[in-house]
Amino acid sequence: MKNMKKILCAALAVAMTATCAVLFTGCGAKASPDKISIGGIGPITGDVAIYGTAVKNGAQIAVDEINALGGLQIELNFQDDVNDAEKGVNAYNNLMDWGMQILMGTVTSTPSVSVSSEANEDRVFMLTPSASSTDVIGGFPDAAGNVNIARKDNVFQLCFTDPNQGIGAAQYIADRKLGEKIAVIYNSSDVYSTGIYDMFMVTAADLGLNIVSVTSFTNETATDFNVQLNEAKNAGADLVFLPIYYTPATLMLKQADAMGYEPSFLGVDGMDGILTVEGFDTSLAEGLMFMTPFASAEHPDFTNKYVAAHGVEPNQFAADAYDCIYAIYEACKIAGIDGSTPAAEACEKLIAVFTDPEFSVDGLTGAGMQWTADGLVSKIPQAVVIKDGKYIGM
Amino acid sequence: MKKWKNLSSKTRSDFLTYTMVIVAFIVLRVLSAFGMLSNSLTGLLVPLCAYIIMAVSLNLTVGVLGELSLGHAGFMSVGAFSGVIACAGMESFIPNPILRLVIAVVIGGILAGITGFLIGIPVLRLRGDYLAIVTLAFGEIIKNIINCLYIGIDGSGLHFSLISSADLALENGRVVINGPVGAVGVQKLSTFTFGFVLVMLTLIVVLNLKRSRTGRAIMAVRDNRIAAESVGISITKYKMIAFITSAVMAGAAGVLFAMNYTSLTSSKFDFNQSILILVFVVLGGLGNIRGSIIATVILYLLPEILRPIQDYRMLIYSIVLIVVMLTTNSEKAKLFIEKQKAKLKEKKEKGGAKGE
Repeated sequence: MKNMKKILCAALAVAMTATCAVLFTGCGAKASPDKISIGGIGPITGDVAIYGTAVKNGAQIAVDEINALGGLQIELNFQDDVNDAEKGVNAYNNLMDWGMQILMGTVTSTPSVSVSSEANEDRVFMLTPSASSTDVIGGFPDAAGNVNIARKDNVFQLCFTDPNQGIGAAQYIADRKLGEKIAVIYNSSDVYSTGIYDMFMVTAADLGLNIVSVTSFTNETATDFNVQLNEAKNAGADLVFLPIYYTPATLMLKQADAMGYEPSFLGVDGMDGILTVEGFDTSLAEGLMFMTPFASAEHPDFTNKYVAAHGVEPNQFAADAYDCIYAIYEACKIAGIDGSTPAAEACEKLIAVFTDPEFSVDGLTGAGMQWTADGLVSKIPQAVVIKDGKYIGM
Repeated sequence: MKKWKNLSSKTRSDFLTYTMVIVAFIVLRVLSAFGMLSNSLTGLLVPLCAYIIMAVSLNLTVGVLGELSLGHAGFMSVGAFSGVIACAGMESFIPNPILRLVIAVVIGGILAGITGFLIGIPVLRLRGDYLAIVTLAFGEIIKNIINCLYIGIDGSGLHFSLISSADLALENGRVVINGPVGAVGVQKLSTFTFGFVLVMLTLIVVLNLKRSRTGRAIMAVRDNRIAAESVGISITKYKMIAFITSAVMAGAAGVLFAMNYTSLTSSKFDFNQSILILVFVVLGGLGNIRGSIIATVILYLLPEILRPIQDYRMLIYSIVLIVVMLTTNSEKAKLFIEKQKAKLKEKKEKGGAKGE
């Protein structure tokens, strides 16, 4: 009897594992072979869900437009990663089971570093709309000149890298003489924020900008900025540079307003989306400038479509994703890739097209976008200012 | 078969736990050899092993020792980052990846153990809620320390700094841990087989500890502190033993986890991570090692299995959590399960009698 119980238990264990495995293999639709299968990864839930959702929606608009043209058809499968490397890799593996040929993602930098290494190993072509850390593409020296991760030759970015944003912001301040005394408040626990900050400081020193106050905060202390703002105020800063995401920025603007401190604020592309934050008094953001390649007012076609479908103004992330899909589409047409091309073959063909100096894409975020073999995009940096609750190009 | 019958029910239960893990491992190996495992599941195996070790080791603190610890991810973090540094440091003179991984796991475990000892000195004097609060703070402190830690490596060895990566003054080197960016360019060394070996080791340590004289002393401390003290059991000593053992295993799990991804940030090991592991332990049953393993497997795989219904998966996941929590706690549900068990037994016995 006991013996039987033991066998029963073993049989049960086998059955359980097998069910689990079958659930994984059998479950989920497979990609259809007559369409190009593009996988997307980004945070649709969690703290930075607004970026993932924007990318998902923006990409879907492009996919629908392309499919409506007839000809080459595209299918998009977008998976959630909650801005976490572990979940990102899980999502990636899930897409591989689905039959992904090309990866459009990931949206944020932290998961992207891990996912891009996986994609590099598996030879899946990857174009990220917004993961701006240089570790995503690899082979790029940091502010101190060390190369920490080798170049992943099949990974390309459609956005500017963090260091380039830092350089761009410093040059922008110098060129336009936005401020005499500059304060910087950054998030020291964030990859994106420190990446921009490091290079901004190096460039600012080269350009002779007068930085009077540098303060930082972490994700845990992002609930009160009175100390940082007071220090900037006491130092007499007339321009505050904020290389941070928009969530802490909304609070910062509110607290600056409450203490009667009215400098000009300059942000980076993480500031995009600030007007769509629920419960935020958008009049506080009046006059806020930030570096972004996309001003929604300048692209009414896309903006109207997006507003009609989702009820909010598209941000730069939506536009980046839209451009990503079109870039992949154009490249697929040139390389002769269709739904039946294996991922590894598509990867080599796409690398050849993307690094071709003849290949250029006109998109919402810039005309004549081109890529080099180091994975960087070349387009012109732009800035927008918030006027009357709208993003206006500067 | 006689031997099996002569064993105590506790020993039998332990062997059942081992058998369950070994069978699951063999089934998965066979399936993967025939190419029947999906990419998703293959990718989940190593983190799953790491989480099982985390849950089992936390169960030692929470279930066996009876102290609520909310900073278990802190030990995982210490292990993970020391393992990454150790691996990077050994790269030049130990070419064998498995040997390097083993040494890294040992180093990660020892460092986490030392941290556990240091934390244990003040922490284990506290009881109940206070202990929970202090361990929670510990987890946050570890996270913030690693957030401002810069470690690089070049021809002349390891460089440390608390200021910036430029301060490391590397010559053609590579930054191993880059402050808030965390560790990038980690070599992926972890394998499922290695994870399985670690899980088995953890099980052997924890199950034997639980059944040993020391284990009984630990449980005596949990059940009645004053009574335990009055029979001459040193409270601090046994608390420390359980706490440090738990920390060492969490450190080893951290190394296993870290070596499975090319990048690692300290924010991964936050309060939520500690709570996630505590959920595995609580739902598996306090003090129930097998329960911890099963709960970890189910709760870790569930959100991934539910990916096809993306919009609802987290909703379903939380509903499952609530349902499990309610049913395992409700008297009615327990009664129902007992009744079904009794019925099944009755049927079996009847069937058995007929067969004989």
